[in-house]
Amino acid sequence: MFNLLLILGLILTGLGSCSTQEQGPNPISKINSSQLKPILTDTKMVKVTGGKYLPFYSENDSLVQVKDFWIDIRPVTNAEFLKFVQANPQWRRSQVKRLYADTTYLRDWVADTELPKDALPDAPVTFVSWFAAKAYADAVGKRLPTLDEWEYVAMADADEPNARGKKSYNDALINLYMVKNRQFNQVMQSKPNYWGIYNLFDLIWEWTDDFNSTLVTGDSRGGEYGDKTLACAGSATSATDVMNYAAFIRFGLRSSLKANYTVGNLGFRCAKDF
Amino acid sequence: MNKLFHILFLIIFATYTVSCNRVKPLKELPSDSIFHLSSEWQNQDGKKIQLKELRGKTLVVVMIYTTCKTACPLLVADMKKIASKINPGDLKKISLVLVSIDPETDTPEKLKSFAKTNQMEEDYWVFLRGNKSSTQEFANVLSMKYKEISPMDFSHSNIISVFNPDGELVNQEEGAGINSDKVIEEVNKVLKSI
Repeated sequence: MFNLLLILGLILTGLGSCSTQEQGPNPISKINSSQLKPILTDTKMVKVTGGKYLPFYSENDSLVQVKDFWIDIRPVTNAEFLKFVQANPQWRRSQVKRLYADTTYLRDWVADTELPKDALPDAPVTFVSWFAAKAYADAVGKRLPTLDEWEYVAMADADEPNARGKKSYNDALINLYMVKNRQFNQVMQSKPNYWGIYNLFDLIWEWTDDFNSTLVTGDSRGGEYGDKTLACAGSATSATDVMNYAAFIRFGLRSSLKANYTVGNLGFRCAKDF
Repeated sequence: MNKLFHILFLIIFATYTVSCNRVKPLKELPSDSIFHLSSEWQNQDGKKIQLKELRGKTLVVVMIYTTCKTACPLLVADMKKIASKINPGDLKKISLVLVSIDPETDTPEKLKSFAKTNQMEEDYWVFLRGNKSSTQEFANVLSMKYKEISPMDFSHSNIISVFNPDGELVNQEEGAGINSDKVIEEVNKVLKSI
């Protein structure tokens, strides 16, 4: 009888340990990118009055309506992004999912929560993917600007909202692009544009929410439908102001990006609906 | 009598142990798995699902929208061609997934009738519809470009992607004339490796 009890006990123990094994941690349910911890930001935003604008690449030269919106006056900085990864370990370099960021994510950081050696806390953060930028924007209660919003404010020089026709506007941009390693400089050291927005051109390239809506250059040879400029290099002829070399470069870059790419001079700023 | 009990219980115990060992906890997902995406989707039956529920099958994935008149019919034809050329015995190990680019128009009812019209009603056909942001996120995971030109008209790149049962991308075929034989070859490669 004693033996019987012993065996019964053994069976129960066996069953017990078995069911704990079954209920063990489920790796899928624990990893959830949408579980973001909000962080505070004091980055100033300006209100941009919307309007109709002619996109650089336009279907039948039709104007696009941009609604009023808020936009950060400067790109997100190293210090700000550090705060974000401190609060959100899933976005630290050692823990980020490859799905969301490639192997160069935050490449030069000394450690998970330590900025690159010699990096200025007030320099724009770079080597961040679109997914990371989007998560940051979510965490501060904002969003990424759309491509149209970004291009809309980028038409401005210091004096007027649309300076695309001015020679000085294009010349200034081309000259900028000849200066190397601008991404290591502090934000807001140059002059703001008409809207009061800093650093749209002089430090980094910036992610936009719908960067992947650019179907020109590479893809005009890749075989899309519903696009009238499918001829080889046809994209060049569909640009609305062919003198705007800087815009060609921007659109070329965007069309070559994938959402988990991280690049040494590519960062972002946030925006918000009005 | 006691001995008999002994043996009986030992047998029961052994059975439990064996069946217990069969219950393996799920292996952790690879870092680049699409099953990390936590967005919610609806299938053609209106059932809410998350992508991780597709785990365990080899996936052939394409993004389309049902009102599309140009590229999508070709892509759908490609998907059907792929289905028809998979070894029938292997069909239960795969899912052919069509994700809508136009979630506002493509309701589960629309997807269901699209499936019926196009004779894609077997269990291995999965139609998914998310919301604007999950669709954008998914397109970005596929490195697909798309733009709404007007309501119900989208410009988009044509890509058929193959994922292994852990949700890792193994192949993408892109362009106007998708090489469906290559897709089938990749699917068979994955099936063989499992």
